[in-house]
Amino acid sequence: MTKAETAKPEPKTVIIRPSKGWTALNLRDLWVYRELVYFMTWRDLKVRYKQTALGVSWAVIQPFMNMVVFSIFFGGLAQIPTDNGIPYPIFSFVALLPWTLFANALNNASRSLVGNQNMITKIYFPKLVLPLSSVLSGLVDFLIAFVVLIGIVLYYNLTGQAHITVTAALWTIFPFLLMAIMTALGIALWLSALYVQYRDVGYILPFLSDILKFISPVVYSTTMIPAKWQMIYALNPMAGVIDGFRWAILGTPTGPDMRLIISAIIALVILVSGVIYFRRMERTFADTI
Amino acid sequence: MKPVIQVENLGKRYRIGLAPQKYRTLSENISQAISKPFRRAGAIIRRSAGQDVLQPGEEYIWALQEVNFEVQNGQVLGIIGRNGAGKSTLLKVLSRITEPTTGSVTIRGRVGSLLEVGTGFHPELTGRENIFLNGAILGMRNVEIERKFDEIVAFSEVEQFIDTPVKRYSSGMYLRLAFAVAAHLEPEILVVDEVLAVGDADFQKKCLGKMGDVAQQGRTVLFVSHNMSAVLRLTQESIVMEKGRLVMRASSPEAVDYYLSAGNAKAGERIWETGEVPVDAAPFRPVALRLLDKAGKVVDTVRSTEPFAIEMEYDLASTLTGLRIGIYLSTARGEYVLTSFDTDDEKHFEKHGSRPAGHYVSSCVLPADFLNGGRYTLGVNASSYRVRRYFMDEQALTFNVDTSGAPGMQWTEPRPGVLRPRLEWKIESK
Repeated sequence: MTKAETAKPEPKTVIIRPSKGWTALNLRDLWVYRELVYFMTWRDLKVRYKQTALGVSWAVIQPFMNMVVFSIFFGGLAQIPTDNGIPYPIFSFVALLPWTLFANALNNASRSLVGNQNMITKIYFPKLVLPLSSVLSGLVDFLIAFVVLIGIVLYYNLTGQAHITVTAALWTIFPFLLMAIMTALGIALWLSALYVQYRDVGYILPFLSDILKFISPVVYSTTMIPAKWQMIYALNPMAGVIDGFRWAILGTPTGPDMRLIISAIIALVILVSGVIYFRRMERTFADTI
Repeated sequence: MKPVIQVENLGKRYRIGLAPQKYRTLSENISQAISKPFRRAGAIIRRSAGQDVLQPGEEYIWALQEVNFEVQNGQVLGIIGRNGAGKSTLLKVLSRITEPTTGSVTIRGRVGSLLEVGTGFHPELTGRENIFLNGAILGMRNVEIERKFDEIVAFSEVEQFIDTPVKRYSSGMYLRLAFAVAAHLEPEILVVDEVLAVGDADFQKKCLGKMGDVAQQGRTVLFVSHNMSAVLRLTQESIVMEKGRLVMRASSPEAVDYYLSAGNAKAGERIWETGEVPVDAAPFRPVALRLLDKAGKVVDTVRSTEPFAIEMEYDLASTLTGLRIGIYLSTARGEYVLTSFDTDDEKHFEKHGSRPAGHYVSSCVLPADFLNGGRYTLGVNASSYRVRRYFMDEQALTFNVDTSGAPGMQWTEPRPGVLRPRLEWKIESK
């Protein structure tokens, strides 16, 4: 007998009974299953680019090709102006980094429950593990794409087409990143729980993602939005995230102000309401999926 | 000492949708399609608010009702019952996969549940990677998996392929690896559902052995199975479920006996309602197909050591010439065992060459010591040779054959093959 077994405390008593109304969030359960979060994230990463010819390059190709297309059509043909005369490719790529993270996280996490049906109907675990690990695995793609951003910035600086200097504000991309994750997870918690019962969500996702992309300043600058609409525009947390990224990396005049507070509050509301709704519906997942 | 599992007045209700009405006009369909999203949205909102709302055409079904029992520490309890009796639902409630509708369960200790092996296995990952992933899914700590890794690999007998993606595994290897991980779970309470039905005979034997070890280590085990020999071997006591209720708790031999003899009239019988019969079957109309034990009772499980009868009841609206009623017996996996017609015998063939309108029953008896244990499917067909096929149902009913008392049951290993005859062996020393 190992030491761990002899020192085992009195077994924990669990009482299973129908839960009534709004149940406690029971996030402690999630902590107990933290290793599963790690393993599911790891599985997503391991599996994502298996049997693809280009492998992990896809993490770069996706935002990079978007950038090329945007630069040709929005930057070139439509002549959409950037802030401070920053070259359009950099301008859009900096926005595409958090956007791609957000869009992939939203898509993967929303589909995570239905995609793991057999786990839900055969095993007990906090279901939050599934959307959470889907979101986390997107971070690795983000890191890879970030390295590419450094390359692009260096290229433009060296060829004299831009003069981007790293400022102390760079560290703020971490809180902005957190905000993007919170928003993606929040919406995904709502959608994944609804997806269990209504497969309609599968059809809503692609166009929801498209709509969000155009109401976020991905291809254009927030400064193009008329002043009187700025506060309403800020209701979209991704507007705050992308503005923040541009400000932190490129020094655009979209730094933190009242609008960021609005964005942050909305992000928090989406996440908290999402967690509550998810926990509330969780107990019926195995029966309705 | 307090019981480790205490089930009190447990009930689980499911909402089931009824089949849509068959004949609807186009205008009805369109108006339904338009109003549906609104009614749905209303129901979503009400359900989210905690109200349980039935949609038109939906019904409740109680998968579990008023179930009460206790399990003491170290006890190995069998749970037996027909398909749909509520066994799996009970295990799902006990393993916290689904919530009960009424009542409560008090559990003292960590529960490990094996309702399926290989849950969460990913085909693209290697055997090694899947061991860690699956272990984590089953609730094992990383250090725990590392400690038992070699043991798991040895048990699964796939050492050579441990770094190969499992999609390249044969189904046998896949199941062996999956069971190996599950078998090394060490919870205080183990809940097992039929996972022994995997792999080849040797591996099944090994699994049964492992289960026996678990029981001997003083852990509490709940064991659901259709394999009565396994229940008898592994458990001393069993509960019998019927239609969501616990109908009996007794020593396992007694419970198994009750289960095998107490016929549930619904199972073992296929009755065709008027709406179910295709219109083009006329003038033939099937009424019922039944499986009868030697006492003439409708059963869905027959003993391989006793003869049983197959009975087809039907109506003819007008005289039919050359009619023959056929049965197709196949294994649950779809291999044919035999085909037989009621006019195979020349006497019958001549006497019943033409059957006037009326009510008929064609029946036959399958001999004792004939079929091996397992699950079988019975199909039925009514035709006039080279003229017309009136009716056909290839899977009219399924039934189980239980091998308790069959030749060779002193060895628990499953026997390959469809037949289990009692052969006259001679052993001579020459």
